[in-house]
Amino acid sequence: MIKKEMIAMLLAGGQGSRLGVLTANMAKPAVTFGGKYRIIDFALSNCINSGVDTVGVLTQYQPLKLNTHIGIGIPWDLDRNVGGVSILPPYEKSTNTEWYTGTANAIYQNLKYMEYYNPDYVLILGGDHIYKMDYEMVLDFHKAHNADITLATIPVPMEEASRFGIVITNEEGRITEFEEKPKQPRSNLASMGIYIFTWKVLKEALIELSEQPGCDFGKHIIPYCHKNGKRIFAYEFNGYWKDVGTLTSYWESNMELIDLVPVFNLYEEFWKIYTKSEIIPPQYIAPGAYIEKAIIGEGAEIYGQVFNSVIGPGVIIEEGAIVRDSIVMTGSVVGKNSELYKCIIAENCTVGSNVKLGVGEESPNVWKPNIYCDGLVTVGEGSTIPDHVSAGKNTAICGTTTPEDFPNNWLPSGENIIKAGELN
Amino acid sequence: MAGGNSTRMMELSNKRAIAAMPVAGSYRAIDFALSNMSNSHVQKVAVLTQFNARSLNEHLSSSKWWDFGRKQGGLFVFNPTITPDNGFWYRGTADAIAQNLNFLKSSHEPYVVIASGDGVYKMDYGKALEYHINKHADITVVTKVMPEGTDVTRFGIVKVDENNRITEMEEKPLVKKSNRVSIGVYIIRRRQLIELLEKASSENRDDLVRDIIIRYKDVKNIYAYDIDSYWNNISTVRSYYDTNMDFLKKDVHDYFFKEYPDVYSKIDDNPPAKFNPGAKVSNSLISSGCILNGVVENSVLFKKIYVGNNVTIKNSVILNDVRIGDNTYIENCIVESRDTIKPNSTYIGENGNIKVVVVKEDRYKIG
Repeated sequence: MIKKEMIAMLLAGGQGSRLGVLTANMAKPAVTFGGKYRIIDFALSNCINSGVDTVGVLTQYQPLKLNTHIGIGIPWDLDRNVGGVSILPPYEKSTNTEWYTGTANAIYQNLKYMEYYNPDYVLILGGDHIYKMDYEMVLDFHKAHNADITLATIPVPMEEASRFGIVITNEEGRITEFEEKPKQPRSNLASMGIYIFTWKVLKEALIELSEQPGCDFGKHIIPYCHKNGKRIFAYEFNGYWKDVGTLTSYWESNMELIDLVPVFNLYEEFWKIYTKSEIIPPQYIAPGAYIEKAIIGEGAEIYGQVFNSVIGPGVIIEEGAIVRDSIVMTGSVVGKNSELYKCIIAENCTVGSNVKLGVGEESPNVWKPNIYCDGLVTVGEGSTIPDHVSAGKNTAICGTTTPEDFPNNWLPSGENIIKAGELN
Repeated sequence: MAGGNSTRMMELSNKRAIAAMPVAGSYRAIDFALSNMSNSHVQKVAVLTQFNARSLNEHLSSSKWWDFGRKQGGLFVFNPTITPDNGFWYRGTADAIAQNLNFLKSSHEPYVVIASGDGVYKMDYGKALEYHINKHADITVVTKVMPEGTDVTRFGIVKVDENNRITEMEEKPLVKKSNRVSIGVYIIRRRQLIELLEKASSENRDDLVRDIIIRYKDVKNIYAYDIDSYWNNISTVRSYYDTNMDFLKKDVHDYFFKEYPDVYSKIDDNPPAKFNPGAKVSNSLISSGCILNGVVENSVLFKKIYVGNNVTIKNSVILNDVRIGDNTYIENCIVESRDTIKPNSTYIGENGNIKVVVVKEDRYKIG
């Protein structure tokens, strides 16, 4: 009989709407990161590096990019005879067909998948954080404390604790209380959204709460188990962990990779991060190009100037172009003499020549001031920007734009041009 | 054919077979032939290795990179083995295939493409096969007419009649009689090949070119199939250096890197290249996993190279996984893979010669 000690369930179905136009056509875990990777690569690489070789990836929102990226799991060595990676979308049933209505509901709908592997423990993960973590150490902690549930937690600065789900523990690490975004935090241990459940406990709770609308781990399953006296422990993680849920944090964590010795180091042999590499030739740096503090992916061609930026594979920066404090993702082209300041350019975009993005006065975004902020210009996947236009700060552009979309060749700060994608 | 060594590669071949030589930053020589096979829908490929095969076997540890992990066909690696009938190494190209004749006999595919593992080119073997069939040829030799003025005396030179039938062929001639060179790719019917090899083997003849193509040129229909696309082989230090430098030309790197179909290679999972303050790079290829703090001009840097502060690299080829200590100056060199170069070193290839740098220093002493 098939037996896996621990299997992982990776929640990758959310849109991640705070990433704005970046997630117009793909789920957040599929967004590229760090000049080569996609966000989900970190969780998948952590799994295989921790010896977890059975991973169910739950998809729902715009899964095409994720499906093609993961395939049968070859880049992560997750193509296995027994186990490996399985993509688990919502499916039609004879009765009660529904979408995944919440994190726990999604897991509940895949009880049969988990039962097939006969696990002792189930690891629940999100696909939207940048970190390197040995889940086996968490499992050892879980066993040593004879826990029913172990939450991975990370100490955060006390003044920021009110933005997180905070746990309060006793001296042996057992959680006594939960506080969701407390105004007056009594602890600085934040939940990372990573749980190890003893399988029986998880199964019982999922079945018991199966009628709960929008059943969610944080809101329903954990409180239910806590109420029933289950042993819930906090594992304290002290490495680099970054939630890239907002455009600003996404931009910041990309920029952190450029530091001379980055806090989050991709160059260590130990604990490699794997990804599907579609572009493998070396990059070409032309005569007259200038690059100062950057990471640049395979197959890129740099003819212009790049300062303090993350440039993805296959990107072309043409002559005279200046890219500063920006992220340019896979396959995009920045035309001649264009200037980019603090831009996030998604995959396969074409920026024309003599374009200026991210110039002018600060002005809050008129549509979603909390998403498009901090002076960033965000350009969605596959967008085209015509020659000789300029755009201000806190702007968003998505789709094929023409000169008519830019009155007087100018998109003022805080304005948007949205011509494609499912946005709400 | 990936078993060969070349003394003209000097120290570079101490470490690996020519077919395993790193090329163009991210590849090894054999990737070009293997990718051509895969892209030409040749599904069953045998690689014959003999000389210094460790690097090559490591590179071929999985067939998935070239899409050969199939139920039909696949990638076969044949090292010489001792059998009750045979205790010899591969004594030549024909002998290498003859020793694996059972593989050919038990196959069912009607044609065989024989290709050398040291050519850098893109080619659809299917087109050559079509030509072979239309010409009713017994053997087709793929050739390229080299530009006037090229020194072709290190190649096999082919002379043809007006129908492109080969009338003369000479290996590494003292005086060239034509500019048409064999690129080391042959097409032949499988049964024909078996027959010729059995005959050659019984006469103790071991060389494919000398004992089969040249010997039979008057009794068999042997045709030349010309290609006019990029081709180079890397059998000497100079040609190896020049081939790598060719990839700095826009037309060459666009042709190999951007035009369909792709060239495939083993994936190494290196992070993107990192440019720190002090890095100044011009007209160079930089591969994944590099960390740059110094000046790089007109050079090809392979994977995972660390360039220290105040380093200058000019007109050089730096192979995989090299660490270059601070204040080092390198010009007109090929630096062997996994070298660790001490700070304050100077290596210069003088008088237009290319210097091959092989140094072994303790990796952890670098400051």
